[in-house]
Amino acid sequence: MDILFLLIPLSVVLVLIILGGLWWAVYQGQFEDIEQEGSRILDDD
Amino acid sequence: MSDKNMQPTVYNDTVVRQFSIMAVVWGVVGMLVGVIIAAQLIWPELNLGLPWTSYGRLRPLHTNAVIFAFGGCTLFATSYYVVQRTCQVRLFSDKLATFTFWGWQLVILAAAISLPLGYTTAKEYAELEWPIDILIAIVWVSYAIVFFGTIAKRKVKHIYVANWFFASFIIAVAILHIVNSAEVPAGWMKSYSAYAGVQDAMVEWWYGHNAVGFFLTAGFLGIMYYFVPKQAERPVYSYRLSIVHFWALIFTYMWAGPHHLHYTALPDWTQTLGMVFSLILLAPSWGGMINGMMTMSGAWHKLRDDPILRFLIVSLSFYGMSTFEGPMMAIKTVNALSHYTDWTIAHVHSGALGWVGLISMGSLYYMVPRLFGMKQMYSKRAIELHFWMATIGIVLYISSMWIAGVMEGLMWRAINTDGTLTYTFVEVVKATHPFYMVRLLGGVLYLGGMVVMLWNVLKTASSGHPTDAAIPHLVAHA
Repeated sequence: MDILFLLIPLSVVLVLIILGGLWWAVYQGQFEDIEQEGSRILDDD
Repeated sequence: MSDKNMQPTVYNDTVVRQFSIMAVVWGVVGMLVGVIIAAQLIWPELNLGLPWTSYGRLRPLHTNAVIFAFGGCTLFATSYYVVQRTCQVRLFSDKLATFTFWGWQLVILAAAISLPLGYTTAKEYAELEWPIDILIAIVWVSYAIVFFGTIAKRKVKHIYVANWFFASFIIAVAILHIVNSAEVPAGWMKSYSAYAGVQDAMVEWWYGHNAVGFFLTAGFLGIMYYFVPKQAERPVYSYRLSIVHFWALIFTYMWAGPHHLHYTALPDWTQTLGMVFSLILLAPSWGGMINGMMTMSGAWHKLRDDPILRFLIVSLSFYGMSTFEGPMMAIKTVNALSHYTDWTIAHVHSGALGWVGLISMGSLYYMVPRLFGMKQMYSKRAIELHFWMATIGIVLYISSMWIAGVMEGLMWRAINTDGTLTYTFVEVVKATHPFYMVRLLGGVLYLGGMVVMLWNVLKTASSGHPTDAAIPHLVAHA
C-alpha cells in the first residue's frame, strides 16, 4: 500500500493548512461578536 | 465604465446569469440521459444497437452532466452571487470570470462528445481524458483566483460562513482533481493512470468520496447558508453552530473514502479507518442540517405558501436522511448486504435528487427573477407544480431502489442447505423488473419538473431584462 505514503502525508499537510486557516481566522478577529453576522446578510441588497 | 479609476457601481451579475441559465439547461439534459439509461435497464434494446448510445457510455455522460454541468454551473452561479453580496464588492476580475464560464462550457461540451465516442479513463466521476483534465485544472485555478481575489478585496471585514464553505470546496476539488488525474498520456485521447491496482482504487475513492464531500456537500452547504436565511428572511438559527459545523466537517472529511472498498484487496485496517471516519461524519452533518432546519423556527408557516422555501427545507431533510444512511452503509456488516446492489443507487439519488437537486432549484428560483429585474418568477404555480413533481419523483425513485437493493442483497446471499446458491444471478435481475419500472416513473416525474422549471426560467428571463444589482454604499462596520 505504497499509496498511503502519498495520501497520509497529504492529509497531514491539509490538516496543517486547515489549522493555519483556523489560526488566521481566530487571530484576525473573524469570530468576535459573531451573532450579528448572521443577520447582516439579510439587508445586503 | 469609461474612467478606469472609477469604482464599479454594480455587481458582475452577467456571469451569474450565464451560469444560472446553463445550470437549468444542463439539468434538463443530464436528467434526460438519466431517464434514458433507466429505461435501457428495463429494455436493453433502447441502446438501438449502437455503440455511442450503449449503457456503458451513457451512464458516465449522465453522471458527468448532472454533477459537473448542472451541479457545477449552479455552484459557479451561486458562489459568484454570494461572494459579491456578502463582501459588497464586484468580482475580482470580469475577464477571468467570463473565462471560467466559457471554459467550463467547453469542458462540458468536450465531455458530451468524448464520452459517447468511448474515450474514458474508466475512473468513476473522473472519466474525462487528459487534455480535458488539463482544461478543467486551468478553469478551476481561474475560478480560485476570481473567488479568493474577491474575498481579498472585500469591504466587509467578516467573511460570511457560506464563503468558507465555497472556499474549502474550491481548494479541495483542485487538490483532488490534480492528484487523482495524474496519468501518463499514450496518445491524444488515451492515458494510463499513474497508480496501479489497489493503489489506483484507493486514490480513486479518496477522490470519489471527497468529491461527494466537497463538491456535492461543502459547496451546496455554502448555498444553504446563504439562500435559506435569505428566503426565510431570518438569520441562520445559530451562527456559532454554523462555524463549528464548517471546521468540524472539513477536519473530519478526508478519510471516509475507503468505505467504497469494503471487502476488497484494500488492507483491512484501512477499510476500518474509512468506516470510523464515515461514522464520525454523522455529527457535523446533522449539526448543519439541524441548524438549517431550525432557521425556520417561529416561521414554519412560511412553508405553507412559499414553494421556494419548501424546495430548500425539503432539500435539508434529504440531506439529513442521506447523511444518516451513508454512515450506516459504511458499517462493514451493513455494507456486506448493501454493496453492489441498488441500495447504493437509492442512497446516491436521495443525496443527488433530494439534497443537491432541490437546494440548487431553490437557489436558482431565488436568483433568476432578481437577475432579470423581476420581483418573482413568471409563474408561482409552476414552481408549486415543479416542487410536487420533484418530491413525488424522488420518493418513487428511492423507495423502489431501496426495496430492489435489499432484495438483491438477500437473494445473492441466500444459500441452500447443501451450500449452493439459491438464486442464479439472472433470477435476481428478473426480480428487480417491477422496481425498475417504478424508478423510471420517478425519474420521468423529476425530469418533467425540471422541464417546467426551464419553461418558467425562460419566461421570466424574456419578460424581464438583464439587471445588474447595485453595490450598496458601505454599511457602517463595527
